[in-house]
Amino acid sequence: MLELNINKALKGSTGKMNLDVQLSVKENEFLALSGESGSGKTTLLRILAGLEEAEGNISFDGEIWQDAQKRLGPQKRNIGFVFQDYALFENMTVEQNLLFVNKDKTLVKHLLEMTHLSELQDRRTTSLSGGQRQRVSLCRALMNRPKLLLMDEPLSALDPQMRTKLQHDILALHKEFGTTTIMVSHDPSEIYRLANRVIKLEHGKIIEDGTAKELLLKTKGSQKFSLQGELLDIIQADVIHIAVVAIGQQIVEIVLDEKEALSLKIGQTVQVNTKAFAPSIS
Amino acid sequence: MDFASLDLGPFLLSFKLAGITTLILFMLALPIAWWLSQTKCKCKPIVEAFVSLPIVLPPSVIGFYILYALSQNSVIGEFFEATFGISLVFNFTGLVIASCFYSFPFMVQPLQSGFESINKNMLEASYIAGKTVLQTLVYVALPNIKPALLTAVIVTFAHTVGEFGVVLMVGGSIPGETKVASVAIYEFVEILDYDAAHMYSAIMIVMSFVVLLGVYVFNRHQTHRLGTA
Repeated sequence: MLELNINKALKGSTGKMNLDVQLSVKENEFLALSGESGSGKTTLLRILAGLEEAEGNISFDGEIWQDAQKRLGPQKRNIGFVFQDYALFENMTVEQNLLFVNKDKTLVKHLLEMTHLSELQDRRTTSLSGGQRQRVSLCRALMNRPKLLLMDEPLSALDPQMRTKLQHDILALHKEFGTTTIMVSHDPSEIYRLANRVIKLEHGKIIEDGTAKELLLKTKGSQKFSLQGELLDIIQADVIHIAVVAIGQQIVEIVLDEKEALSLKIGQTVQVNTKAFAPSIS
Repeated sequence: MDFASLDLGPFLLSFKLAGITTLILFMLALPIAWWLSQTKCKCKPIVEAFVSLPIVLPPSVIGFYILYALSQNSVIGEFFEATFGISLVFNFTGLVIASCFYSFPFMVQPLQSGFESINKNMLEASYIAGKTVLQTLVYVALPNIKPALLTAVIVTFAHTVGEFGVVLMVGGSIPGETKVASVAIYEFVEILDYDAAHMYSAIMIVMSFVVLLGVYVFNRHQTHRLGTA
């Protein structure tokens, strides 16, 4: 069980704020940390890793990582950390990156097999693709058999197909190694697929805490669909108005009446709800 | 004087001086460059200004103060004379000390900018892997700044070979002891032996060019290797 109660004054892009977080994370839990950029997610992860200082207490399975008297360095916390930019040791091969952490060759073989990297073990990390690098980074983070695995937007730099592949790897490794995992992510599908608990930070405070289903499914009552999008344009066609909305990679048109059209502003984020049809998936 | 009868003693002395200075400075500059690259201390600009002083000061100023500090009349000079029985000026030891001051920034600055260019996350990944700062420095930081490392070593070496003012003030011109190549050229010019001065100078130019060319070719190769990889 990870328990933390920390406080740190931050200077964000939106001015000063206070990162003030009380949190308990159960063993083997997969926690997703979401929130706008600048809300303190990465800083929270770095404080947990011992890379940044903060006031307060952190303990893991009864072992004190930080209190008023002492603060363990990152070397002593037995954690794994996956960085957004991989942060692999560029002077080493794939295998050497893993062996640098721990000389356990059997574990290296097992991890590389699990992530389909065995063929690449003698390659320099600089010659790998983004997806391959992040898999190496994930394997490296597990070489110490950490109790706590921290991941800072590990898949955000990858294309959607590679993301899906790596999400499977992450989930498989999380289960096999029995780690308590905390992952910063913005991607709702990723969070839904991987996490059993989601926390949303805003201005350094936890504003939502629940299961992925509770937090991410936005439909209410009899609504079948509720999609968030950006209002790109409002076109007048005879007596009606048509709103052009970007939802993800799709552009859709929605008919508005005059009152609605007047109340909306181009550029604003809108919620598109519908319930009166039965969709088909192909 | 023809090429065959050229006394190579001053060159050998220059190389010996430059080699020893480079070795000492590498040991001294490494922790300082590392500290400067990692610290968030407010005193960093002060330390950086001190480190860079020898670049802007006239060599005569450095030479004068080193002479003043190390002479038998000074506390340091007196201590070395009394304890070890050695004098620190007008001999090779004095030259090494003076050269270390003079060439210090040329070792610190490339190393510091090399360390600063390393992805901080890479170093943090090493700490998280349980490695100490020293292990991280040796196994992660240094191997990833090879071009900067080579630049620091070669430029320090070349700069020490090329020094003149400080050497002349602290060492004088004792053949076999303190008469390095640059001082020898000065003396040839003074006695109007332009042929010898030409030969010595030409050797210096060719040697310096080859060394710098080597550094740039190596760095280009390294950059390409990292870039295309």
